[in-house]
Amino acid sequence: MGNIFPTWTNWIAVKVLICLGALGTAVVALAWYSWTPKYTRVGYMPQQPIPFDHSLHAGQLGMDCRYCHSFVENSSHSNLPTAELCWNCHGPGKVKSDSPKLELLRQAMDVNDENYTGEPIKWVQIHETPDYAYFNHSAHVNRGVSCVECHGRVDQMPVVYHAKSLSMGFCLDCHRAPEKHLRPLDQITNLAWEADDVDREKFYEELSAVKGVSAQKLKEADSNKDWTQELLGKHLKEGWAVNPPQQCASCHR
Amino acid sequence: MADASTAAGYKVHPSEEEGVAREKLVENNRSLSWITSRVCGIVENPQPKLWWCLFIPAVLLFCCEVFTLVYLVSTGVGVWGNNQPVAWGWAIVNFVFWIGIGHAGTLISAILFLTRQKWRTSVNRASEAMTIFAVMSAGIYPAFHVGRFWMVWFLAPIPNSNAIWQNFKSPLLWDVFAVSTYFTISVIFWYIGLIPDLATLRDRAKNKISKLAYGFFALGWRGANRHWRHYEMAYLLLAALSTPLVLSVHSVVSFDFATSVIPGWHTTIFPPYFVAGAVFGGFAMVLTLMLPIRKIYGLEDLITMKHIDNMTKIILLTGTIVGYAYIMELFIAYYGANKYEADAFHIRILSGPYKYYYYCMFACNVLIPQLFWSRKLRHNLWVVFIVVNFVNAGMWFERFVIIPTSVARDFLPGQWGYYSATWVEKLMFIGTFGQFMMFLLLFLRFLPVIAIGEVKGILPQSDPHYPEWEAMRKKRRQGDSA
Repeated sequence: MGNIFPTWTNWIAVKVLICLGALGTAVVALAWYSWTPKYTRVGYMPQQPIPFDHSLHAGQLGMDCRYCHSFVENSSHSNLPTAELCWNCHGPGKVKSDSPKLELLRQAMDVNDENYTGEPIKWVQIHETPDYAYFNHSAHVNRGVSCVECHGRVDQMPVVYHAKSLSMGFCLDCHRAPEKHLRPLDQITNLAWEADDVDREKFYEELSAVKGVSAQKLKEADSNKDWTQELLGKHLKEGWAVNPPQQCASCHR
Repeated sequence: MADASTAAGYKVHPSEEEGVAREKLVENNRSLSWITSRVCGIVENPQPKLWWCLFIPAVLLFCCEVFTLVYLVSTGVGVWGNNQPVAWGWAIVNFVFWIGIGHAGTLISAILFLTRQKWRTSVNRASEAMTIFAVMSAGIYPAFHVGRFWMVWFLAPIPNSNAIWQNFKSPLLWDVFAVSTYFTISVIFWYIGLIPDLATLRDRAKNKISKLAYGFFALGWRGANRHWRHYEMAYLLLAALSTPLVLSVHSVVSFDFATSVIPGWHTTIFPPYFVAGAVFGGFAMVLTLMLPIRKIYGLEDLITMKHIDNMTKIILLTGTIVGYAYIMELFIAYYGANKYEADAFHIRILSGPYKYYYYCMFACNVLIPQLFWSRKLRHNLWVVFIVVNFVNAGMWFERFVIIPTSVARDFLPGQWGYYSATWVEKLMFIGTFGQFMMFLLLFLRFLPVIAIGEVKGILPQSDPHYPEWEAMRKKRRQGDSA
């Protein structure tokens, strides 16, 4: 009986296996890199109907986030401002009321405008929590989690983009180690804030009120520790009894 | 004048009348070439009409299974009847049923190999194939029971951006690993054992395509001494590797229940009880398949009455162990101080809605196999076939009795419920039988149903001191000296 297979097939199985292994690794690596929110969501920067410049309003003018996103402290949902709110400043005879960029605002608000429709402005949503994940803004901002933790330095964005991955792993990183992210409540909307900016005297005074221990004692206990975000966050976590849930059902209700 | 044995007060077995001779494992002094051509002939000759009569319905049933799965995925798991409090309905019953059937294959291929039970050789190939196909049928259920089939990769510990990690404290996860390991090892073991026989088929193949196909899978086997040495070592190592699996897989399946706190599930007897039940049900399925196969393909000389007798004895033994476990469960429920346990078993056998399932289970698994105490009945193939089918049914009833019955009557009456399967579950179960039969029939069509090389190894001719060889040697020596 002659050979069924020619000689070149002797190593073909090994070669095919090596190629398949390499291909499999490449596919896995590619999927791992490109099918995660870090890749698919970060950097999403849609064009908005009105080119609202956050770096101008929140950055240069120093407007508080809550002037426009006014429900954030009281509601699970952080609202987008209505056209009426823009109209407060950009109404007839006020700031830049004739700017061509505000055409849509005039259509929405100015009854005397020839193009008046009364249609609200259709802002494009950038950060979207999936329907199966429950997220409450007020629970976070009232316990020292700043806007910047999830949304990045919006005060430096001429056009807002998706800055953080907001994957489930991103949520859990903070839920597992909240002290790395907590800050005093009056600094929630100060996106440039750092732990070093805190007035420590005032901080210990307030902490002693919460913890029921004298400020002097608290300060002494920390005397040989570096003033870091972790230390500050740890105090806040203990003071507010922050205990972020990590069960599936805390968010997937 | 009576001979010594009757004088001593007992009658020897007919086959033992001449010294201690054992029953032959291959009847009628079949030669090596007869075995090859008979087993390869099954693959090479056209299949009997009956094959098509079984294959076409099997494929149709398999299509039913695919349909129910598509319907399930596109509609949602609500099309199944399980809901709170009975979250584990037929899907898990059928999973345990099929996975249990798989156990005979590993037992025959691994444990009987290590304990040098020569009779395993003519039944191991088919029962290993049965194992693989049964595990494939089993795997369908938990995979789809997770609800979102496309999320089933969550079961694998892959670091991911969702930060989802498996709960290694959960027996359900152990189950995933146990069953997938079992399947992998079974497939490798089966394939390694097939290699010499695939080479035989390759060498006998008439047309180019089958020559190439068998040649590809035979991995260049030439039957050289070196090949055989490596093959036998690999086979031995795999046998040793899969031996623990015989015990571990169904033990782990039983942990799914035993580590919970539900009365009726929370018992330490479960692992041995499940393993015995699995071997019991597995051998019943092996016999269910082997009896028709040996008849249809004329393999009576290879799968002899001795084989059937041995398997019925294993069924009798394991069935009795299972019966002991049933009674011990009841006894502990009566004797123990746990009133929930006592109540669970009272509900199970006397007052509950599923009590007739219990009676069916007990009759099929414990009472009917007792017929096998009689040698005469063990040797009546119709009786054997009917009894093993009762066992097949009984093992399904056992899983039903354990799973829904226990959760339907929880601690508080407020949590009580009643479960019945919907048409989707029923059609899916029938469909997995179709899938099982389809693969089995394809196996019969394309692969040697009996391990040709191994059966030859137990023939008297393979003994170097076989009289004919001795005579040949003697003749040669005489020729040399002359």
